[in-house]
Amino acid sequence: MDEKIIDLKKELDGELSACENVADLENIRVKYLGKKGSVTDLLKEMKNLSNEEKKTFGQKVNELKNEVSDKITERMNDLKKKELEKELNAMPEFDVSMPPSLDRGSYHPITLVQRQCEAVFKSMGFAVEDYSEVVTDYECFEALNIPKHHPARDMQDTYYLENGQLLKSHTSAAQNAIYKKYKDALVNEGKPIKAIFPGRCFRNEATDACHENTFFQMEGVMVDKDISISSLIFFMKTMLSEVFKKDIKVRLRPGFFPFVEPGFELDISCLICGGDGCPSCKHSGWLELCPCGMIHPEVLKAGGIDPEEYTGFAFGLGLTRLAMMKYGVKDIRDLNSGSLKSLSQFTDDE
Amino acid sequence: MLLSMNWISDFVDLTGLDKLKLISQFSLSTAEVENEIFFKGSDISGIVVAEIKSVEEHPESKKLHLLKVDAGDGALTDVVCGAPNVRVGMKTAFAKVGAKIGEIEITPRKLAGYTSNGMCCSEREVGISDEHSGIMDITEDVALGTDIKDLYQIEDIIFEVDNKSLTNRPDLWGHYGIAREFAALAGRELKPIEGVDLSQYKDLPQIDMKILDPLCQRYSCLQVENITKNVSPVNMRIRLFYCGMRAINLLADLTNYLMLEMGQPMHAFDSRKVSKLRIKRFDEAFKFQTLDGVERNIDENTLMICNDNTPVAIAGIMGGLDSEIVEDTTTLTLESATFDPVSIRKSTVRLGHRTDASMRYEKSLDPEMTVTAIARFVKLLLDIDSEVKVVSSLTDEYAFKYETRNLSFDKKFVDKYTGIEISNDTIVKTLISLGFDVKNKGDNFDVTVPSWRATKDVTIKADIIEEITRIYGYDNFDVHTAKAPLYPVRADIEKSVEDKMKDILVKRYSMHELHSYVWAYYDEYKALGIEIEDNIKLVNATNPNIETIRKSIIPTQLCQVKYNTQFAADFGVFEVGRVINGVKADNLCDEKKKLAVTLFSKTKSVEELYFELINRLSVMADDIKHEALSFEKMEATHSYQHIKNLNAVICGGVNIGEIGVVHPLVSKKIDKKASIVYAEIDVNAFANIQNASIKYEEPSRFPEMEIDLSFISQSFAPVSDAIKNANCELIKKVSVIDVYADETGKSITTRLVFSHPERTLTREEVMAVCDGIIAKLEAEGIALKK
Repeated sequence: MDEKIIDLKKELDGELSACENVADLENIRVKYLGKKGSVTDLLKEMKNLSNEEKKTFGQKVNELKNEVSDKITERMNDLKKKELEKELNAMPEFDVSMPPSLDRGSYHPITLVQRQCEAVFKSMGFAVEDYSEVVTDYECFEALNIPKHHPARDMQDTYYLENGQLLKSHTSAAQNAIYKKYKDALVNEGKPIKAIFPGRCFRNEATDACHENTFFQMEGVMVDKDISISSLIFFMKTMLSEVFKKDIKVRLRPGFFPFVEPGFELDISCLICGGDGCPSCKHSGWLELCPCGMIHPEVLKAGGIDPEEYTGFAFGLGLTRLAMMKYGVKDIRDLNSGSLKSLSQFTDDE
Repeated sequence: MLLSMNWISDFVDLTGLDKLKLISQFSLSTAEVENEIFFKGSDISGIVVAEIKSVEEHPESKKLHLLKVDAGDGALTDVVCGAPNVRVGMKTAFAKVGAKIGEIEITPRKLAGYTSNGMCCSEREVGISDEHSGIMDITEDVALGTDIKDLYQIEDIIFEVDNKSLTNRPDLWGHYGIAREFAALAGRELKPIEGVDLSQYKDLPQIDMKILDPLCQRYSCLQVENITKNVSPVNMRIRLFYCGMRAINLLADLTNYLMLEMGQPMHAFDSRKVSKLRIKRFDEAFKFQTLDGVERNIDENTLMICNDNTPVAIAGIMGGLDSEIVEDTTTLTLESATFDPVSIRKSTVRLGHRTDASMRYEKSLDPEMTVTAIARFVKLLLDIDSEVKVVSSLTDEYAFKYETRNLSFDKKFVDKYTGIEISNDTIVKTLISLGFDVKNKGDNFDVTVPSWRATKDVTIKADIIEEITRIYGYDNFDVHTAKAPLYPVRADIEKSVEDKMKDILVKRYSMHELHSYVWAYYDEYKALGIEIEDNIKLVNATNPNIETIRKSIIPTQLCQVKYNTQFAADFGVFEVGRVINGVKADNLCDEKKKLAVTLFSKTKSVEELYFELINRLSVMADDIKHEALSFEKMEATHSYQHIKNLNAVICGGVNIGEIGVVHPLVSKKIDKKASIVYAEIDVNAFANIQNASIKYEEPSRFPEMEIDLSFISQSFAPVSDAIKNANCELIKKVSVIDVYADETGKSITTRLVFSHPERTLTREEVMAVCDGIIAKLEAEGIALKK
């Protein structure tokens, strides 16, 4: 009987080492440990033995059964491990140097800078207003203290329409409506007027790399009881530092615009050289950025606001110019060209 | 305008001050100075006065002469010179060996076999005029060897002020006004303008002059005779040249000099041509030849200076050819006048002719200046030629006087406007330095605006603030925030919806945002066969190709699509822009903000593309407004629309736009094979739809039941209606999972998902609902596919 056990073990070892997959191993388990398996057969042979022999043999067969079971389990673990390794290794290395297919859309660069500016002003409690592109002569000029035959009308070659209206030549054309919209809250509830109004503007002029008949500006106004030149400088400096995300130096020069008094041209320290002088600021260290000033008393009056009680500042940022500066667009005409080769490059931008 | 530092220094002593710093201060406090500053005379050295002692013909050259010159250093120098005007005894500008002219250093140089030890210079070579026909002929009595820079005012700092920054400052159109600013900035005294005392001529006869038109504000004139000199002094010519003017003759130069000095345009008539000065307009149009030889059309609105009934000058713009000062003029009538600025400006525009004089008149010149200018002119003329005689008394008609402007304000006003502390002393000192008359009692100020600032520039209190603060210096301001109280700011719904629409199209559907123009480009439309529809037009477009305003963005967008057909096989573009649909009853334009979307594909069928666009719009409506879209058939009315599949887009019961296929003729012109579909949505109509609220429903914990039903139907609409009609709360979702069409017809497989919140559904109750739907459809002749 003992030889049988030894033979059986040998046979098992041989079969286990030959077995290379889980399914075959399962067959081996059945062959040895199943109801009709070899180990079970040995137990069946016990009936011919003496009681004493039965006891010893039974013990041996049980040990054999455990040993066989352990060996099969061990082999099973080996095989599973190998199969997992095989599966892991079967995965190819991907070529991450392959160019990705960037199927993404694009925003117009004006939308991008407009949103950046809007975010800054919204964070300071400014309302963002939308205004029409066709306006009346009153809105564009009269209400802004630019009477007929005022030389300032020469500065802005305006597109007039058959019905006497015009395509707005500056975003200031919305000022009057904004004052009227908010004046009651200003007077009755003490809510300061804080608003920006981005929009498309038009000038009747020939186009070239630096001139467009269609461009974007963003106007801003703030009116309250304590708005001063000092606060104008503070706000402009703060806003522009936020817009450009760096500390910007500003300086004011007198500038003449009929709707502000005093009126200023605001320069910022050159974004390229920081003020040391470089070709892009013509070695002056400064870039002329936007006109601004204290709102002219007549303009406040036209908006229904008493200039003796309230003062305010207004400024006009050239969004088109800002976008060109920010993204290095050299030819202004690219912006309205509709060319996807140019414009699809503008992804969302912080 | 070019400005000379020497000229400014005639009126304010700037000795010991940094001129460049002053110029940059001027730029920050008064008017913009261009970056480039010219240091005149700095590029020449070693040029001295020398006398030509002998002149010999060059043996081998017809042009060249061999000279011996005396440069005052005790020896004669051999010079070869090509100038035609050389003569013995002539004094000229001589660049010695070692002298520098620009980059060139003078060295002994061989010219046709003879060595020239230096060079005789023309005015151009010295840099003081464009004259180059001969070498300088120096007539001053001066020692030989004197440096030319010591003889003439060649060294000067010239800077340019941007004319645009002077539009509101009539007083700054001459050096004297600029000097006043420098005096205020430097804290130094402004010298008065020196002129002759005109009262000495009061007994001389008056000139026959009459203002016959209110457009002339003031006309002052004087007659002078015995003019014999024709050439202006060198220093005067240098200043004119440095300031961008050409020297002509003494009288013309003097009027120009006065204009550049005081900002007062003047005109000198030949007295033989003007004996009866009348200032008036004519009833009829006529032609008139100005002194530049051009014949100009004069209309009945243009003010003229006349000799009785014969026009001799266009008032404030330019003199006539016939009355101009000529070679043999010995008696002149000097005009110094002011005219209505608006009228001058309009005449300038009508004539298309802007002159140095009209540019100044347009700015509203101070009429007080006319007489001072005449006194100054006579003084300068007498300084040059004491033989000249004044033969009339000052003839002056002052028809229109600006009101004296008095303004009162207090310290509180200044504090409020500036936001900083500026002392009463500083306020008084600053205003006085600018010529204001100031009365100050405690914190109260009463000021009188000087005449040269009172024509339009300084009219209100806020203007005074500018005067105080610009001289104070904005760089010196202490800056601080405002004390605005806090209130919530609600976002504008139309603006935020526009932003969301853009985000969905860009981020979710990878579309590209474009901008275009608000007018129809005729050429581009024509190229695509798109009709230019009648709409409101621009009346003054410089480009006739862009007269008509667009009614829809789609045509311009299609032009842009055409431009991009090589960009990719499939792409989508969109724009949020304005269109105008004629005028409303109130005669104002009917302006709308539209979202235009176009999809272009070389790989997809028109149908696929069309449904892609419907899906995009539907996602937008669902995401932003929680609404479903529906569509209503429309008739095509525009040349770019296909007659089929044109649908109005309805959202929340509101018509918000249209979706359609591009007309095949247009489509083929864009690309022969591509599919092109478009939609145009009224942004504000969509934005103002009330948001359907989000209705949250607890998901059922019981299993859902799916039933697929296939109906033989040409359209999904009746199926959808029947399902809605069943009005069954158990139906949670309806979708089309298959559409199959063959010769027997079209079948649409609809999947209904049922669930109950509190229990498991039985097949029987679900089938009862389905049977109801089937029966309804069968009654309409739509069969269930078995």
